[in-house]
Amino acid sequence: MSGPITVGADHSRGRSHRGGAYISTSSASSSAGSAPADVPGIAVELRGITKRFPGVVANKDVNISVRRGHVHAIVGENGAGKSTLMNTLYGMQRPDEGVIVIDGQDVSFRSPSDAIAAGVGMVHQHFMLADNLTVLENVVLGSEPSRRGFLDFTAARSRIKEISDTYGLGVEADRRVEELGVGDRQRVEILKVLYRGAKILILDEPTAVLVPQEVDELFDNLRELTREGLTLIFISHKLDEVLRVADEITVIRRGTTVATVLPRDVTARQLAELMVGSELPTPETRESTVTETVELAVEGFTLHNAEGRAVLDDVSFVIHRGEVLGIAGVEGNGQAELVQAVMGMLPLSSGRLRLGDRDVSAWHTRERREAGIGYIPEDRHRHGMLLDAPLWENRMLGHQTEAPNVKGPWIDRAGARRDTQRIIDQYDVRTPGIDVLASSLSGGNQQKLIVGREMSGHPTVLIASHPTRGVDVGAQAAIWDHIRQARRDGLAVLLISADLDELIGLSDTITVILRGRLVANVDPAHVTPEQLGSAMTGAGETA
Amino acid sequence: MSARLDLRRLGLAIGAPLLAIVFASLVTAMVLAAAGDPVISTVQTLWDYGTKTRTLALTINQATTYYLSALAVAVGFRMNLFNIGVDGQYRAAAFAAAVVGAEVSLPKPLHLLLIVLVAIAVGAMWASIAAVLKVTRGVSEVISTIMLNAIATALIAFLLRKVKVDVAGSNNIGTKPLPDSAHFPGLSLIPGSSLDVYGFVIVAVLAGVGYSVLLGRTRFGFDLRATGRSESAAIASGVNVKRMVVVSMLLSGAVAGLVGMPQLLGSSYSYSLDFPAGLGFTGIAIALVGRNNAVGMVFAALLFSFLDVSSVILDINDISKEIVLIMQGTIVLSVVVVYELVRRYGIVAEQRRVSRELTQIPTSEPDVVAS
Repeated sequence: MSGPITVGADHSRGRSHRGGAYISTSSASSSAGSAPADVPGIAVELRGITKRFPGVVANKDVNISVRRGHVHAIVGENGAGKSTLMNTLYGMQRPDEGVIVIDGQDVSFRSPSDAIAAGVGMVHQHFMLADNLTVLENVVLGSEPSRRGFLDFTAARSRIKEISDTYGLGVEADRRVEELGVGDRQRVEILKVLYRGAKILILDEPTAVLVPQEVDELFDNLRELTREGLTLIFISHKLDEVLRVADEITVIRRGTTVATVLPRDVTARQLAELMVGSELPTPETRESTVTETVELAVEGFTLHNAEGRAVLDDVSFVIHRGEVLGIAGVEGNGQAELVQAVMGMLPLSSGRLRLGDRDVSAWHTRERREAGIGYIPEDRHRHGMLLDAPLWENRMLGHQTEAPNVKGPWIDRAGARRDTQRIIDQYDVRTPGIDVLASSLSGGNQQKLIVGREMSGHPTVLIASHPTRGVDVGAQAAIWDHIRQARRDGLAVLLISADLDELIGLSDTITVILRGRLVANVDPAHVTPEQLGSAMTGAGETA
Repeated sequence: MSARLDLRRLGLAIGAPLLAIVFASLVTAMVLAAAGDPVISTVQTLWDYGTKTRTLALTINQATTYYLSALAVAVGFRMNLFNIGVDGQYRAAAFAAAVVGAEVSLPKPLHLLLIVLVAIAVGAMWASIAAVLKVTRGVSEVISTIMLNAIATALIAFLLRKVKVDVAGSNNIGTKPLPDSAHFPGLSLIPGSSLDVYGFVIVAVLAGVGYSVLLGRTRFGFDLRATGRSESAAIASGVNVKRMVVVSMLLSGAVAGLVGMPQLLGSSYSYSLDFPAGLGFTGIAIALVGRNNAVGMVFAALLFSFLDVSSVILDINDISKEIVLIMQGTIVLSVVVVYELVRRYGIVAEQRRVSRELTQIPTSEPDVVAS
């Protein structure tokens, strides 16, 4: 390490402006060939990787060297090129330029199996496990050991035990995956990769699905792995976690490496500024705009699933004019059903919904939307957009009975198109025009269009489900601003988010949902993400 | 920029079916050659016969029927409903219309109107069975409409025996012939042809315009297309999908009711055992080739009709006319493949273009972002 901050792989051009607002770095010039080829202790070296790709962002001149036994974090905004880079390292794509060096050897992967053979394994963000098989069966799936045509699990079972013990994973080979929690499943994924002989593990957003306590366990596991000499490449955009777990951090912005830093030398804020390349906004909203007028009242929502289990159990709350009510909870505890029930998309077993002073329990989704409920859905591709329709038709979606989109039974093309242009200008949707298909826009721009659309026509209530999920930092700040502005203007917001900082920063009140019940109320002014995390898992079930 | 975009889309829209037809022609030529038939002279024969004035009139008549059938199928296709039952729907409708039409006597326009309304109502009713099964019991409309086709066949045969009159000079039986007041006047569209074109072609054109306006320009059409593109997004946007299923199935059945009308009111004037069957399946093929587009389906209907009508000459020249079926089948298959390829290409090309226009490609200056 030649200094606190190094740029790219050539360890020479780092500059830091301490006391200034952020660390400024320049893009490394092409350095292929300038770095020594086989420095001992370097497990992976990427030199001058360039990937041109028909899509949003590719890689340009990426330089990273990862030391053996290190946790090397790669951070960057969504769409900065992290995934492209990792797909290149894992053999799913071939780079147009540049070299990959593993343990001092130039390699060229044609497929993931080449990468696995070279000792590179990938733990995907979304688990790829068959629920109805045991851990053992999942681990050997695809390379089943056999003897004389019959499956032979004995050797595999002892290997799994051995790996699990060596790295302290605590995985039981004969448990069924469906019985396992999220954290256990992730350890099975890691074990699967180790079983195939990986010495270098790529972990793609491993904490995205975990609550804070599970994150701690994961980090303990990761330290165990590096102690045994494995090398980890940790992809994330959660900067606090990166700072805790990484030995070294490389920042990627717009497809290229902009800096490599040591965690002790930077703060989360400086890292974020490196990622974005500018000053950061925060989600804080502290001055209260809450009024006494109840805009939305949920009374005794109860919903049973096909097996008769209560997915929502007597859920009640009110949201006032100018109030943001945040719902915290581990995903799958009834949030999605709650939102769909409020929107009238799921029939309730019992419960009433009031909008202002009207009982709208029996109203259809369309009537509820016409009455002033805006809806930012959790899954914008499933519920928020027609991907193969042009933007102006997407502006109409959900508002296809309202001005300016229609006149009587007729579509008002001119009105809808004009208003689409207005949204694009006001909400900074980056698009060449309103006739392009929604699928051509990046996730952040699609989301900005949805937010703009739902804010149109002066809603009184906004149901915002993960409003900034999968959105880059710039767009995230813009969406927060819009929600805050609308709240000042008297909007009542139901906010559901897995991003605890967002939830704490935006909400006036937070309530915790666990197994379909509201179990605790939390004051966002005095709660930390860790405390909220405990409440979400039921550890702090006190209220 | 927008104009350029539209030109490119238009190019793709026209280029894709042309490519499919060229491919289908090559396959057909290979089949002909393999069977030992002369390729060039077969095409020559088809063309010569097909461009005779009488054949042209027949082609337009047949295309009228095909087009209505394709419209009926397309209404369902646009919201991802596969109405395989157009076949049963139009036959049930034509039969009922023929029976009712022969029993009443009314002044001409009213008589025609009544018959057409009966056909529409019966077509819609037959389709509604599948719709109700789908929304109440979750029965796939593909299965139920196929079954309903078979039921329609048997039911019509049964009822026809109850109302039959013998067709003079043959073993055929049919419904009582319609009186003169129920004859739709023909049009002498083709100069020099002894054969008039069905007057019903006007109704077909109006139906095409209505289809296009309804789907493209109305709230109802927007809901229908939204449901077809993404049912989950349509539900979230407030579309009552069950009601949409029922309404669009009824609409599809209603249009299907028109399919038998050109024949019934323009030439046969009764529903007999030899009333054309299978038009509903031709409609599926034409809707696919015409991409559910009102204009595209006109061309597809004309193409299929031309092939069908002019193929008659092949048998006379000792070439199996089934070669035309091979060609039609190949067109449908290659069209489906080519459209999907073109669709994917279009999406990728547009994504690439959008990202090019929005950001500098990473091979140039890294720090410039257009906003």
